[in-house]
Amino acid sequence: MKREYTITVYTENQVGLLNRIAIIFSKRKINIISLNTSPSEVSGIHRFTIVIQETEEVVMKLVRQIEKQVDILRAFFNTEDEIVWQEMALYKVPTDAIAEKVKVERLLREFGARAVAIRKDYTVFETTGHREETDRLVAVLEPFGLIEFVRSARVAIIKASDGFHERLRDFEEHEPGQEVVENTFLGEKEKVFSM
Amino acid sequence: MATVAVTTERQDVIPEIPVPAAISGATSVLEALVAEGVDTIFGYPGGAIMPIYDALYDYAAQLEHILVRHEQGAIHAAQGYARASGKTGIVFATSGPGATNLVTGLADAMIDSTPLVCITGQVYAHLLGTDAFQETDVINITTPVTKWNYQVTDASEIPQVLARAFYIAGSGRPGPVLIDITKNAQLQMFTPAAYTKCTHIRSYRPTPIIRNNYIAEAAALINAAQKPFVLFGQGVILGKAEDEFKAFIEKAGLPAAWTLLGLSALPTDHPLNVGMLGMHGNYGPNVLTNECDVLIAVGMRFDDRVTGRLDKYARQARVIHLDIDPSEIDKNVKTTVGIWGDCKVTLPLLTALLEPRSHKQWLAQFNTCRKAEEEAVIQNELYPTGEQLSMGEVIRHINELTGGEAIIVTDVGQHQMTTSRYARFTKSKSNITSGGLGTMGFALPAAMGARFAEPDRPVIAIIGDGGIQMTIQELGTIMQYGINIKIVILNNQYLGMVRQWQQLFHERRYSFVDITSPDYVQVAKGYHIDGRKVEQREELHGALSHMLQSDSAYLLEVMVAREHNVFPMVPQGCSVAEIRLC
Repeated sequence: MKREYTITVYTENQVGLLNRIAIIFSKRKINIISLNTSPSEVSGIHRFTIVIQETEEVVMKLVRQIEKQVDILRAFFNTEDEIVWQEMALYKVPTDAIAEKVKVERLLREFGARAVAIRKDYTVFETTGHREETDRLVAVLEPFGLIEFVRSARVAIIKASDGFHERLRDFEEHEPGQEVVENTFLGEKEKVFSM
Repeated sequence: MATVAVTTERQDVIPEIPVPAAISGATSVLEALVAEGVDTIFGYPGGAIMPIYDALYDYAAQLEHILVRHEQGAIHAAQGYARASGKTGIVFATSGPGATNLVTGLADAMIDSTPLVCITGQVYAHLLGTDAFQETDVINITTPVTKWNYQVTDASEIPQVLARAFYIAGSGRPGPVLIDITKNAQLQMFTPAAYTKCTHIRSYRPTPIIRNNYIAEAAALINAAQKPFVLFGQGVILGKAEDEFKAFIEKAGLPAAWTLLGLSALPTDHPLNVGMLGMHGNYGPNVLTNECDVLIAVGMRFDDRVTGRLDKYARQARVIHLDIDPSEIDKNVKTTVGIWGDCKVTLPLLTALLEPRSHKQWLAQFNTCRKAEEEAVIQNELYPTGEQLSMGEVIRHINELTGGEAIIVTDVGQHQMTTSRYARFTKSKSNITSGGLGTMGFALPAAMGARFAEPDRPVIAIIGDGGIQMTIQELGTIMQYGINIKIVILNNQYLGMVRQWQQLFHERRYSFVDITSPDYVQVAKGYHIDGRKVEQREELHGALSHMLQSDSAYLLEVMVAREHNVFPMVPQGCSVAEIRLC
C-alpha cells in the first residue's frame, strides 16, 4: 500500500550531491512531494528531508540506494506517525484589509499567525503547521485580497531516533564507535535505521 | 683573520631549509598515479587535458600511455585491464566529446562493478557555464553511472581527491570514479604535501562489521539442508576469495552454479561446478533452482537474466545471501538470512561451522539434467553433423588448443552465450565480458586491456559480426602497439541474438538484423594485422592452431551457421523451471 513516507538523509556538504540524491528517485519515476535541505546542527553535515508517496518496500530500497552513495552518512525513513513535522507558510495581505476588518484580525489570531513585516500597503504573516492548516488559512484569506502565498518544504523530527545528534558527533571521529559502523539494518529490520 | 673565521663558522651552522618544489596540478595528477602503483593508462588527448599530456611527456619511464582510437575504446580497454589484473583501470580523456564518449564504459563498469579512475579535462573554471568550446557538464552527465565523481577547480585539491578516487574505486563493491579537472587547475603551480593514500572516508563504510549470529544461522540452515544449492557471482573474484569459496563448497559438498560474471572463479572441471545460471544457462542449475531447499547466493545480485520470473523463482527455498553491498540484500529476492560482508572474510567463518557432507543423490540430479542437455543440445553444438559450422565447435577447438589457460574476452550476443556455456577455464579472472549492460563493441578494446594486464597469457577475443563493427577502429591501436591478441569473429551475417528473438517471439519478422560485413581479413591487412577466413570444418582446427601459435595479433573470421539458435533458453517472463531445450 502506498503511503506518505518522510526520508531523512545526513550528507556531506558537497556540490552535486542534491543531484545524486534526486536521480535515485527520478530513475524510478518517483515524484518528490517535498524536499528540504539545510545545514544540520553539526558543521559540515547537511540534512535532507524528503517526502514521497510510496510502498514500504520501495521506500526501503530507495533508502538503501541513498545510503550507498559515498558522501551520504545516514538515511532513515518514517511514516507520518513516527515523526513530528511542520511546514511554514507566509501570507501577504493588504494592510487596510486587516486594519479595517476586525474579522480578519481575529482569524489571523485564531490561526496563530504572526506578523513578520508590516508596511503601509501590505502585511506579511507567518504560520507553521501541517498542510491542511496552512491551506485552510489560504482559503480564509482569499476573499480579503490575498496578494501572495508561499509554503516551505516539510521539516521533520524523528520521534524514535534515540539521540542521533550524538551519533552525528561520532561520525567526526576517525574511529567511530560500534553504533555508527554497526550493520543495524540486517539486525533490526523493524527499526527506522536502514543500515 | 680570526673574525673572518668566526663568520665562516656561523654560515656553516645555518641549516639549509629545503624549499619545497612547486609543481603543476598536471604533474601532481601523474605523481598520484605513480604513488598508487599505476603502470598503464588508456587515453586520448585534447584541448582541455593538454597540460596533463604535456606533463606525461616526462613520465614515459613510469607510466605507459596507450593512445586508443576512440575514448570508448580507452574505457573498455581499462575495464579489460581491471578485470584481468584485479587492479584499478585508468583512463584519460578530454572535455566535451572526449568525456561523453566515456559514458557507455562508465555505465558498463558501474553495473559490472569494475574499478576505474577516469580523469577528464575540463574548460577553465572561469568559463564553466558559458558554453565554452568543448564544455559539457560531465559531472552531471556521469552522476548516475559513477560510484563517485568530483570536479577539481583548484590544484591543491588534486592529491587528496585522487587518493579518495582510488580508495573509492577499489574498495567495498568496486566501481568507476570520474575526476573532472579544469584546465586552470592543471596549469596551476602549488606545493603539495607528501602523497598519502586514503584509507578512510567518514561517510563511507566499505568493510562492515560481520555479525556472527547471522553466520551461525546460515550455517545451521546449510547443515540441515537436503538439497542445498550455491549460486556464485563476480563477488568471489572481486573479493579474491576463490580459494575460500572452493573450501566452502567442498566441505559441505555443495553443488555450485555461476552467473555470467562469476564464470572462471571456479575451474570448469571442478566436480561441484554444475554449470551456468540464467536465460542461456545450463538445464540443471535452472530447473533445480526451483527444487533446492536452501539457496546460497555468494557475491551475485539476482539479475533478471538469472532469475527469470521472480514470483516463480525458488519460492520453496530458504535463501542465504552473502554480499558486500547491503542494498543488494533483499533487493530482488527476499532472504532468510542476509550476510553483509566481504566474502573473503565471511566464507571462512561460515565454512568453519559447516558439517562435512557430500549430497551425492542431489548432485546426481544435476548429472541427470546434464545428460539430458548433452543429448538435446550440447552434443550437436560441439560436434555438429550438419554442413555448416557451429559456434560451439569453434569454442571446443579453442578449449582443446589452450587447455583452458587462455583469457577469453567476449562481446555481446549469441557468440557470448555460446562461449560462456562451452569455454573451459582453469584460472580465475579469465572470463571478461560485458554482463549487466550488454555493451556491443566491448570485446576488442577490453581484450587489448587484458593483454596489458597479463602479457604472458594468451588473450582471445571472441566477437560477433555486429559487435566487431562497433569498435573496429581499435585495430589501429593493436597495430600501433603490437598488441598480441587473437581476434575470432564468429560471423553468422546477422545480429544473431536479436534475430533469434525475432524468430521465436516475433513470427520471424527479421527486422533490421541482416548486417553485412567488410572483408575482415582485408581490413586487418590494412592495419598490418595477419588474418584468415575459415568456411570449412576441415580448416578450422588448423587455422585456430596457426592463430594461437602466431607471435603477433591475428584475426580469424569463421563463417558459422546463419540461423542457429542458442539453447537452452528461459524465455523472458518465464520461470527458470520453464527452460526450453529447443
